[in-house]
Amino acid sequence: MIFALILGFLLLIIGIYGMLTQKNLIKIIIGFSIVDTGTHIIIVSIGYIRGKTAPIIDSGVDLKNAVNAVVDPIPSALVLTAIVIGLAVTALMLSFVIKLYQKNKSLSIDDYQELKW
Amino acid sequence: MIKRIFILLAILGLILMFLPFLRDFEFHQELGELSSQYVEGSVNDLNSQNVVTAVIVTYRGLDTLGEVTVLFLATAGVGFLLRKKKTSLKSRGSSELLQTGSQFLFVLIILTGIYIFTHGHLTPGGGFQGGVLITTAFLLLILADTNLKFNHKILLFVESISGAFYVIIGLFGVLLIGMNSFLDPAILPLGNFGKLLSAGAIPLIYSLIGLKVGSELTTIIDKMGGE
Repeated sequence: MIFALILGFLLLIIGIYGMLTQKNLIKIIIGFSIVDTGTHIIIVSIGYIRGKTAPIIDSGVDLKNAVNAVVDPIPSALVLTAIVIGLAVTALMLSFVIKLYQKNKSLSIDDYQELKW
Repeated sequence: MIKRIFILLAILGLILMFLPFLRDFEFHQELGELSSQYVEGSVNDLNSQNVVTAVIVTYRGLDTLGEVTVLFLATAGVGFLLRKKKTSLKSRGSSELLQTGSQFLFVLIILTGIYIFTHGHLTPGGGFQGGVLITTAFLLLILADTNLKFNHKILLFVESISGAFYVIIGLFGVLLIGMNSFLDPAILPLGNFGKLLSAGAIPLIYSLIGLKVGSELTTIIDKMGGE
């Protein structure tokens, strides 16, 4: 699935572009989420093997020949954990934004210059 | 203007970095050595139908334990940042139809979540997915009734108990099987391939993960809903 791989890289680049150009904090977090999704698509498509099925050995898969019938299970497992971590990190970032907005009443990153040099 | 040019240059550099990888990439025709061993081991040694579950809970069990810890840290961070509850704005309250409907759906969604995490070793799904599904049930309740208050003691209790038992089950592996067997599911009988009670401790561990993820994400949503 070379198309999925290209789509993943495209999403990655779009997300990074969004994170670099946008001023709104929420939009930067949306850019981060797009990067996240792009990475997941890339990892899953790396594990793909043409013509093989999901790594679940049910009645549709020959038990003796399971190794030659399924796609790589490791990328799926990695992405499964990455999705949950991405969710938690996004929640943490959003709560930082909530606190910043309560303090300074602004969502623009131009109004936060404490770390700028 | 100069900033725009720098951003475009950065993006171009990124594309140049990725292009060789895309150009030279060849999809595998067969499973690698490690993956083959995982598939073989999942079928022959662990009796787990879902190989992804076997990888997450057993072969990379320590990673998953670390990941649950990261999730806990994120929850703790959210709870720390949003700890001061503002005086809840007295809203009119939702209509009885909405409340009854959401409570009816709540039970069904919770049941589906429990089904997903107890069948993690048989079907697509598992603790993380089931836990997130349970959280959506609570999200539905919060959205339908803005004045709703959760009992934080119960959430905290479920979370700590499931986390503690996760580690204790892992230590049982060391105790019963051997020094290298932290989180080995063979401490329970492995059962028959493809049955609900199979794959040793995997369903138990994944259920605990599901409860932990569900309670943690519910805490996050509840904190954010209070702002």
